[in-house]
This record gives sequence, structure tokens and C-alpha cells, in this order.
Amino acid sequence: MSGPAKSTFADRLLGRVRLRGPVVLVAPILAIVFAGLITSIVLLITGDPPLDTLLLMVEYGTRPRSIVLTLNSATYYYLSALAVAIGFRMNLFNIGVDGQYRLAALVAAAVGGAVTLPAPLHVALIIFVAMVVGAGWASIAGLLKVRRGVSEVISTIMLNAIATALGAWLLNKDRFAVEVSGSNNIGTKPIGASGQVPGLELIPGTTSKVFGLIILAIAMGILYHVLINKTRFGFDLRATGRSESAAVASGVNVKRMVLIAMMLSGAMAGLVGMPQLLGASYSYSLDFPTGLGFIGIAIALLGRNNPVGIAFGALLWAFLDTSSNILQLHEISPDIVQIMQGTIVLSVIVAYELVHRYQISAGQRRVSRQLASATPTQAEGASA
Amino acid sequence: MLQNRFGKLAAAALAGSMLMGAAACGGSEEPATSATAAAPSDGASSAAPAAAGAKVGLAYDIGGRGDQSFNDAAAAGLDKAKSELGLAETKELEAGNGETEAAKEERLRLLADGGYNPIIAIGFAYSGSLKKVAAEFPDIKFAIVDDADATGPNISNLLFAEHEGSFLVGAAAALKSKKGHVGFIGGVQVPLINKFEAGFAAGAKAVKADIKIESKYLSQPPDFTGFADPAKGKTAAEGMFDAGADVVYQAAGGSGSGVFEAAKAANGLAIGVDSDQAKTAAADLQGVIMTSMLKKVDVAVFDFLKSFADNTVKAGTTSYDLKAGGVDYSTTGGQVDDIKAKLDEFKQKIISGEITVPDKTS
Repeated sequence: MSGPAKSTFADRLLGRVRLRGPVVLVAPILAIVFAGLITSIVLLITGDPPLDTLLLMVEYGTRPRSIVLTLNSATYYYLSALAVAIGFRMNLFNIGVDGQYRLAALVAAAVGGAVTLPAPLHVALIIFVAMVVGAGWASIAGLLKVRRGVSEVISTIMLNAIATALGAWLLNKDRFAVEVSGSNNIGTKPIGASGQVPGLELIPGTTSKVFGLIILAIAMGILYHVLINKTRFGFDLRATGRSESAAVASGVNVKRMVLIAMMLSGAMAGLVGMPQLLGASYSYSLDFPTGLGFIGIAIALLGRNNPVGIAFGALLWAFLDTSSNILQLHEISPDIVQIMQGTIVLSVIVAYELVHRYQISAGQRRVSRQLASATPTQAEGASA
Repeated sequence: MLQNRFGKLAAAALAGSMLMGAAACGGSEEPATSATAAAPSDGASSAAPAAAGAKVGLAYDIGGRGDQSFNDAAAAGLDKAKSELGLAETKELEAGNGETEAAKEERLRLLADGGYNPIIAIGFAYSGSLKKVAAEFPDIKFAIVDDADATGPNISNLLFAEHEGSFLVGAAAALKSKKGHVGFIGGVQVPLINKFEAGFAAGAKAVKADIKIESKYLSQPPDFTGFADPAKGKTAAEGMFDAGADVVYQAAGGSGSGVFEAAKAANGLAIGVDSDQAKTAAADLQGVIMTSMLKKVDVAVFDFLKSFADNTVKAGTTSYDLKAGGVDYSTTGGQVDDIKAKLDEFKQKIISGEITVPDKTS
């Protein structure tokens, strides 16, 4: 693990190599310029004026109600991206966050609807159940990898499909579900008042409330930072991610680390559904949001697995989602938003890679200059 | 090492984007279309309803206009109203895949804020959000299709007796089946589609008590691809024809065309759903569609808009059952002409209450 010259593309992509100096700011600016340029071209092709579209989105996105919507979506996107990032940090690709959070939310909703406890305990129980189910479901992939060498990419994708089938089986009147009278929906028994987390009136000028569990999301971000960067466990985790053989040599039990990291990722995934469940739906029904786990992958890449970066990524993603409604109202296809989101992820990856390469070649030039000017007594090579 | 890591990452990214792409495919072909070219430049400022005719807001479920099924039926009703009632302006928004209730609420609020009145929500998924938004805008009339849970003084619930219509096509299937073996294919296993199955089975058994009925759902929620995957429909129908069924009824939205293909290949018969599919399906497949269970969402949407124009909007449930002509069977192609007398007899018995059709599978 010496210099940037030895890093791989994946290392740079996942933020394991840090940029230093003024170029830190260059990469995100470059990414924004790229994304803006490509989106503008797409808008021009579809016959919409790029600048007006952007202004429309900004105007709508800064209305108080839109800000609340953005913050609420960002809350679960953030948790989802953190779940993915834990795995990314040690080269585990947990594609199964989607299945993990859906199953966790379903079971937690059923448990929460079945019991009545004093408020803090009730909420704690639901969250605890969700984390246990998420961790448990992820541990299947972890165990398969540790014991049988099954790639977690394959197993977690398959477990997503199994989670869908299992969820459909559980969400049945013979098991967890109750019928909503007069409706074509079915869901778990609604969670009582003691299990609901009240919203916060953070944004003046609207009666819409921000999810109370946004605090949980922030706390998880801090916890993630401390765990990865300030603890022995985090060091082992990062070390395993960088070089498995080096980690083994320094006494890390890699198999144990894989299993624990997978379970931590799953437990975090279990939290993804909680803001929506305890702050708005109070029941897991047919219209519970799906696909948040995949969005988490994109946002983790966008935020380069850094807790602050992910927060920005989640807010940006949520802002774009929120503004899709206003685009429809003005005859602009809402699919433009999905194109923007994809473009931004690609731009960030490309921009950071370019800046990294620039930094590497600049370093090499510096070294060769030094070698040329100094007397060549030490022929050490260009591993600065 | 590098290739290995990179390969993994590429696989991960690919899988993720494929799935996101799949989700995106649930989206639209066409965005909203508007009767007047001039969209309101500022949504909030045009709060007063236009004097000439109504400004109608329509919120679709996933798929939107162009899904050749449920949403298109609603669009047809809107189009009819547009030409016959002289609506000032219409605005159509559609749902994204996997969105939250908050997003649906916001969609309805944007329409309400934009001065659209009345506002029609297509599909039960709007239940909770419509209830909230309707309470915030008491002066605007709302309607929701397929839901009776959201109630209020300014909400009209447009409900269909799909089980009654399905009973008739079930009876038709049993009368036409030479082998005494029929099949049902549902798009997604949700209570709404169970109603179709329950009615179909009851109708078939009313004709022939010991009839064999195959039943299959193409996907389970939250996977809603069963409404939009012809390949899945084809495979399921092929299985049924291979097992000996000779008539298959599909309530699977966009997956239905696959069922028709399988019926054609197996020399069997198929029954369409929602609209008269012997008219709307691909020309070479129309021949296998002996009849269709009509669910007249277009009529419901048009009736509601007409009542708005006449100022006679009725809050609460309007039931579009056999009696009201909201559901029916189609006779296009003449394939059920020989059994029409029997079917109409069943129809009268249901209307008179002599037969009560179950709306749940036992």
C-alpha cells in the first residue's frame, strides 16, 4: 500500500485512495460540468430548453414542501448507500441491500403491528427486528462466501429474488397481512401510535414534516465514519479490502471479517425501510417503495463511500427525484431525470479517474525531474 | 487481481443498472399530452378555474397512457370527454416505479395547486394520498378508480364488479371447452386480480361442476412485471395448453399478448380482458380471442367528467357492475354467438340477484 501509482482502478473508484491538494475540488467540479453538458445535449435533442428546465427544477426544488420531500427521500437513500458502502470498503459487493431492506421492513412491520409497548421501546423493538432480519438475510450470502466460496455478487442477487418471493408469501391473509377494507391493497396490521416516530417541522413555510428518523440516518453516518476510520475493526476491514494476503499476514481472520462486514451491511440495510415505515406508512403494504437498494449502490459510488460525500449524493438524487413531477407538469418527460442520475454517476467516476491519473502522472514527472537534476546515486525507481 | 476486482465491480454495476433499467421500462412511452398547447407557465398562479369548460387533471398508475390496458382505458374516457364536453385543458401525470406515497401526494397536490378541477386518480395505489390531498382541497372534486377506502365529501369512488364480468367469460369458457379443462392467468397476485379469478372459476363451475381449472399468476408483489411481460404470459399459457386446457382467460395487462400467441400456436382459444381485445390485439391474434371481459374504465371516467360538467357529481361509491353496464363480455368476431342466449341468461340471473358471484377465491 505505498503510493498512488500502485492503486488499481477499483481502489480509486471506491475512494480508497484519497486525492490531496487543490485537485480535491477539481474532480467534483469536473463531474458537474460533464453531467451538465451531457444532460443539456439530451434536453436539446428532446427539444426542451436546458437552461429553463434547470431553472424550473431549482425553483420547484427550493419550495418548502419540495425541500421536505427531498430530505425525506434522502434519508432512506443515505441509509441504503451506507449499507452498500460498508461492503464496498472491504471489496464486498452487497447487491442484496434491496432484498434485505424489503424483507426486514415486512417482518418488522408485522412485529410492530402485533405488539403494543411504551413508545420508545416499541420503536426500538421494530428497529431492532429490522436490523436482525437484514443482518440475518445478508449472513446467508456471507456464509456461502466463507464456507463455499460463492461470490456474494451472485448470491445476493439471487437472494433478492428469493426475498421477493418470500415477501409475497408472507404478505398473505393467512400470515402477516390484513385486508384494508374497501381497498384493493393488502398490508400488515398498522403499527400503533406508540410505534410511530413523529415528524419534525424543520422547514418553515410548510406543514409537511421531515422524517424523525433523519436523526437516525445522521447518527449512522457518524457511526460509519468512526467505525471505519477510528477503530481496530475498521482498520482490519480496510486492510482486508486493500489486500487480503497482507491482512492475513498481519493476523486478520479474513473469513470472520467477511461474515461480520456482510452482517453489518445487512443490519444497515434493515434500517432503510424504517423512516418510511415508522414515519409515514405505518404498515408494509403493496405500495411500499421498492428498488431503494439499487439506488444505494449508485449513491455509494457517487459519494465515493465517504459519509459526507454520500450525504451530498443522496440529497442530489432525492432532489432530482422530487423534481420529476414538475417536469411532467411542463410537458418534459420524467425519464430525463433518470438520464440525469445515470449521467451524474458516470461523470463522477470518469472525473475522479481523470484527476487521479493526472495526479499519478504529475507525481511521476516530478520524480523523473528530481532524478534528472540530482546525481543518480539512488536508482530507486518511480514509486513515489 | 485488477481484472478480477474490476470484473466484479462491472458485474455489480451492470446488475444494478439492469435492474434500474427494468424499473425504468415500467415508465412511459409518451409523457403527458395536453389539449391546449400552452401549458401554465407558473403552476401556482393559475388557481382560478377557467371559465370555458373544466381543467381536468388525471394521475395514472405505473405505465401511463400507452399501456394498451387499464391506463389506456382511462385515457380513452378522457379523450372522449375532451371532444364531447369541450374541456378547457387536460393534464396527465403518471406514477414512477417503486415510488412512495409522498410522491403520489405531491403529484395530486401539484395538479390541485395548478387549478385542475376535477382530478381523477387511476388505480388503488392512490388511495391514501388522494384521501389526504382531497381533505386539503375541499373545493376540488376528486375521483379514484378501483378504491373504496378513500372517502370524503369531495371524493367519488368508481368501482367495478370484475368478478361478475369474469363469471360470464368463465361460463363462456366452460361452454366452449371441448375437453372440460380451462385456465386462468393473472398478472400479479393481488386481491384485485383474485376477483377476476374467483368470478371466472364460479362461472365455469356453474356450467360444468367438475370442470378442471388451471390457475397461475405471473409475478408476486412487489414485483409487478407480471402486468407487462408477454414472454411470461406465453410460457404460462403454453404450460396450460400442454396440460390439456383448451381455453385460457388472462387478466394480465400487457402480458396478455403472450397468452394469445400461445393460444394461436396450440390451436386453443383465449379470453381477453379490460377492453375488447379482439379489436385491439395484433391482427393475426384476434382470431383466437373468443370474447373479452370488458371493464369499462373509459365509461366511468367519461361519466364522472360528464357529471362534473352537469354539476351533478356524486360523492362516494359508484358501482360499475353488470347491472350498470360497467362490466360485460364482448361479442366481436361472433365466436360466442351460439352460446349468447345462455350467457345472457346468466347475466340476467346475476343482475336479478339470483346468482351471487363470489369476489374472493376460497
